[in-house]
Amino acid sequence: MSVITPITMPKFGLAMTEGKLAGWSVAPGSTVSAGQEIADIETSKITNGYESPASGVLRRQVAAEGETLPVGALIGVLAEGGTSDAEIDAFIEQFQSAFSDSDTQGDADAAPARPVLVDVDGLSLQVQDMGQGNGLPVLLIHGFGGDLTNWLLNQDVLAAQRRVIAFDLPGHGGSTKQVGDGTPAALAAITARLLETLGIARAHVVGHSLGGAIALELARTHPDRVASLGLIAPAGLGPDINMAFIEGFITADRRKTLEPVLALLVNDPSLITRNMVEGIIRFKRLDGARQGLETIAAACFPNGQQKDALRDVLASFSGPVQVIWGEADQILSPAAAQGLPASIPVTLLPQTGHMPQMEKATQVNDLLVSVLHDTP
Amino acid sequence: MSKKSFRQAINEALRQEMRRDPRVILMGEDVAGGQGGSSGVTDAWGGVLGVTKGLYTEFGPERVLDTPITEASYIGAAAGAAATGLRPVAELMFVDFVGCCLDQIMNQAAKFRYMFGGKARTPLVIRAMYGAGFNAAAQHSQALYPIFTHIPGLKVVVPSSPYEAKGLLIEAIRDDDPVIFLENKVMYDDEEEVPDEAYTIPFGEANLTREGNDVTLVAFGRMVGFANEAADRLAKDGISCTVIDPRTTSPLDSATILDCVADTGRLVIVDESSPRCNMATDVAALVAEEAFDALKAPIRRVTPPHTPVPFATVLEKLYLPDVGRIEAAVRSVMGYKARQEA
Amino acid sequence: MQIARDILLHSYRSMRTIREFEERLHTEFATGEIPGFVHLYCGEEASAVGVCAHLGESDTIASTHRGHGHCIAKGVDVEGMMAEIYGRSTGVCRGKGGSMHIADLARGMLGANGIVGGGPPLICGAALSHKLLKTDGVAVAFYGDGASNEGTTLESLNLASVWKLPAVFVCEDNGYGEATGASYACAGTQKDRAAGFGMPYFECDGSDFFAVYETAGEAIAHARSGKGPVMLHVHLARWYGHFEGDAMSYRASDEVAQARKDHDCLSAFRTRTTGAGLLEGASLDDIDSAVRTRIEAAVQAAKAAPLPEQEDLMRDVYVSY
Repeated sequence: MSVITPITMPKFGLAMTEGKLAGWSVAPGSTVSAGQEIADIETSKITNGYESPASGVLRRQVAAEGETLPVGALIGVLAEGGTSDAEIDAFIEQFQSAFSDSDTQGDADAAPARPVLVDVDGLSLQVQDMGQGNGLPVLLIHGFGGDLTNWLLNQDVLAAQRRVIAFDLPGHGGSTKQVGDGTPAALAAITARLLETLGIARAHVVGHSLGGAIALELARTHPDRVASLGLIAPAGLGPDINMAFIEGFITADRRKTLEPVLALLVNDPSLITRNMVEGIIRFKRLDGARQGLETIAAACFPNGQQKDALRDVLASFSGPVQVIWGEADQILSPAAAQGLPASIPVTLLPQTGHMPQMEKATQVNDLLVSVLHDTP
Repeated sequence: MSKKSFRQAINEALRQEMRRDPRVILMGEDVAGGQGGSSGVTDAWGGVLGVTKGLYTEFGPERVLDTPITEASYIGAAAGAAATGLRPVAELMFVDFVGCCLDQIMNQAAKFRYMFGGKARTPLVIRAMYGAGFNAAAQHSQALYPIFTHIPGLKVVVPSSPYEAKGLLIEAIRDDDPVIFLENKVMYDDEEEVPDEAYTIPFGEANLTREGNDVTLVAFGRMVGFANEAADRLAKDGISCTVIDPRTTSPLDSATILDCVADTGRLVIVDESSPRCNMATDVAALVAEEAFDALKAPIRRVTPPHTPVPFATVLEKLYLPDVGRIEAAVRSVMGYKARQEA
Repeated sequence: MQIARDILLHSYRSMRTIREFEERLHTEFATGEIPGFVHLYCGEEASAVGVCAHLGESDTIASTHRGHGHCIAKGVDVEGMMAEIYGRSTGVCRGKGGSMHIADLARGMLGANGIVGGGPPLICGAALSHKLLKTDGVAVAFYGDGASNEGTTLESLNLASVWKLPAVFVCEDNGYGEATGASYACAGTQKDRAAGFGMPYFECDGSDFFAVYETAGEAIAHARSGKGPVMLHVHLARWYGHFEGDAMSYRASDEVAQARKDHDCLSAFRTRTTGAGLLEGASLDDIDSAVRTRIEAAVQAAKAAPLPEQEDLMRDVYVSY
């Protein structure tokens, strides 16, 4: 009996329930090796390359390009060259009937941890709280214009042995549109209060972009609460910032004007899916969203430059720190990572834009996890 | 964010806008219900299908006004109130009743601004139910959005889901022009995730609910869901469809339709309104004129026949476009072979 | 009833302005220079002026296709009106409305109206605005005996009563709806119609400014006090046809001549005010001559004014689109 490997719709992040086969990268009959990218899968947030789970010949493309299928559905069949067509057909038939049975049985265990609203000093914050275990919790802080779904490719990996908290900053996503004075200090203060509210005394803090500056502020004002810092394309390390993005993001109110602005975020603009744009537009349509963003931008980036210099925090912070940056970042230049204390590892990812945690999720996850394991 | 029905989404939009702006008022037949009844119960109905339930209780008789069953006077009053400082949302119950008050919409509200040389603003919303599928027969089932679309000065909204309905209705209420907002009565119990906060969806920007390479489907209101379902079925056979929900028939996002047809080269339009001079003919004319070279196959229209809406379930089912007919239309344009020149 | 001198002078000036405006249009229309069609208000001036004498700028009126008189009485710019009727870009509606759609919302003039019975529902809405926005204002619908039979009017009488609106329904009864007599087309009486809706009814001779002034004052005060809508029935005579060019073959040959002789509000006003020593003939003569000069200038200005530009075609369909 030959070895036949089903290629199924992968699950990128806990929230993913279905995906669209955006395109096949290899033709039927091609020999592929394990880890080779064989298809592009489009989720509600981003398009991702899908790596073959095994080596062999791609015998069938079961799913057509453009087809949307639930997670776990058969999209292709991999087998050794000698396997007969009849064996392949029988395998597909058996898989499909088993899959449709399981489909009807319901998949309650697969339900993602839904974000909930948490009241913090009278302000409502949308929080996604997942994972459990003995490890110190991880707090994920997204950047300007982002939301907690920026972490969907990271949360489940990080949550293997610990709580992972992702939340929408004030002025973002499903959280309050009251942003106070909009400074990183103000946003860090409410972040600290969120940790208290959730009963978390100490956490690994991972911040992306403006979330990096907020993480640095948090380390400065509450060093006891921050076990380690993971800074992904962080703000706060230098004055430069691409204001075309900031201003474009604030003013774009239609899909057609927003798309080119979002393209600045990534190395490969085809990663920006229609659903991703729609999700952001939906947030921007909310009453007060624009004013919140304007307040934050005015407080953080007056006169076209970053206002807060937080480099010195790194000199005094005693926990582990690492910096991850995309070499092709068009929003914040990785040049800002130069001249940091030698003890801080800086990883520059080639062909990566401002969203390494999405564009290079596997690598970023490996880097983040390594710190988690090393820290008590 | 929580799951809300189409009905709840509309109720929430009205409630939030009435809280935000004291000039926003509601009027219509039985929008509260119970006035003058022997039981003394007010807010007895909250609209004939319960869409405005609870608003009378919160905002009182000054802002939630039950009207006599006299469409001409209260729709005209809504127009007059809009021109003089209020922001009325008038409910016409069934859009079929427009026959009783078309003058107030067509000759008055729609034309004030132009006739008066730009000096008028008429921030009026007229909500009405449309659509077949409830055995409501010929006088309570029509999809009359083409009639309004035909009239310059009106904006016309045909929402396709609860999320769309809330954002588009808030936009309509904040808009300074007269807006006809049409709700498919069959969809009131449809549910989806809808933000709790107020938000607006701009007019004249189509929503792409599917993106594909082979066929562009343009569908309106309830037909958007049907088109999506057909697209999902067709994808299993490797036929990939773009589905466009124009959201508003006036203004119409022609650019998005033309862009998508340029990409796919094939067009199927799904329209619940009667086939002559409807949105399907309008979109077909647009594409024939502006994107003729892009077409690989004739344009197909999926519409009801040119008959009144019938009563009997079996006939009404035959009358309405359905997923199967959409699917068949897509397959037919995919199978089209141009005649070879001799 | 004592009426202040300045109100008398102002009212006479308004009536004379309407008369001069309309007579001049009658002449000018015959030259073929005025596009479209016009409906003249000559003979009915005291109605518009006597009613509007009780209204401020924040009160609202809606008019009819025979609307020039109401516009002038409500303070709409006369020169702008003339330019509008000539289809000029300096017109009050930038040449896009014409005679039947003259409006000036800033002056509470919700528009002349090309649709018979178009105004009463709008006035219910304007009255609702006054009530809910607590402006202390009233809204007045002028409508003819023809429109009194429209469903919209009857529905509005009901709605205004149901909602207890500060609305005044002024039925200007000139005896004809187009070419059909009210004696044929109107069943019952206006008085009984008002009673049918539980609405106070007032009536007066529309060729007597003093009668209109006094009756309208009472009617409007009732509506303004919050007691609900009223009907004011004004008996009038139309001196010209339904529209200019109407040969009026449906009217007896001496009917109009008789009306001009016996029911001229301007000469009646002069006789009464000068006879009672309220005004001097010279003051009225001065107004006559000033008005004549003004209308002459308005006509010349309108004829010389620029026509609308091509881009005006697309402008102002919507606030935004």
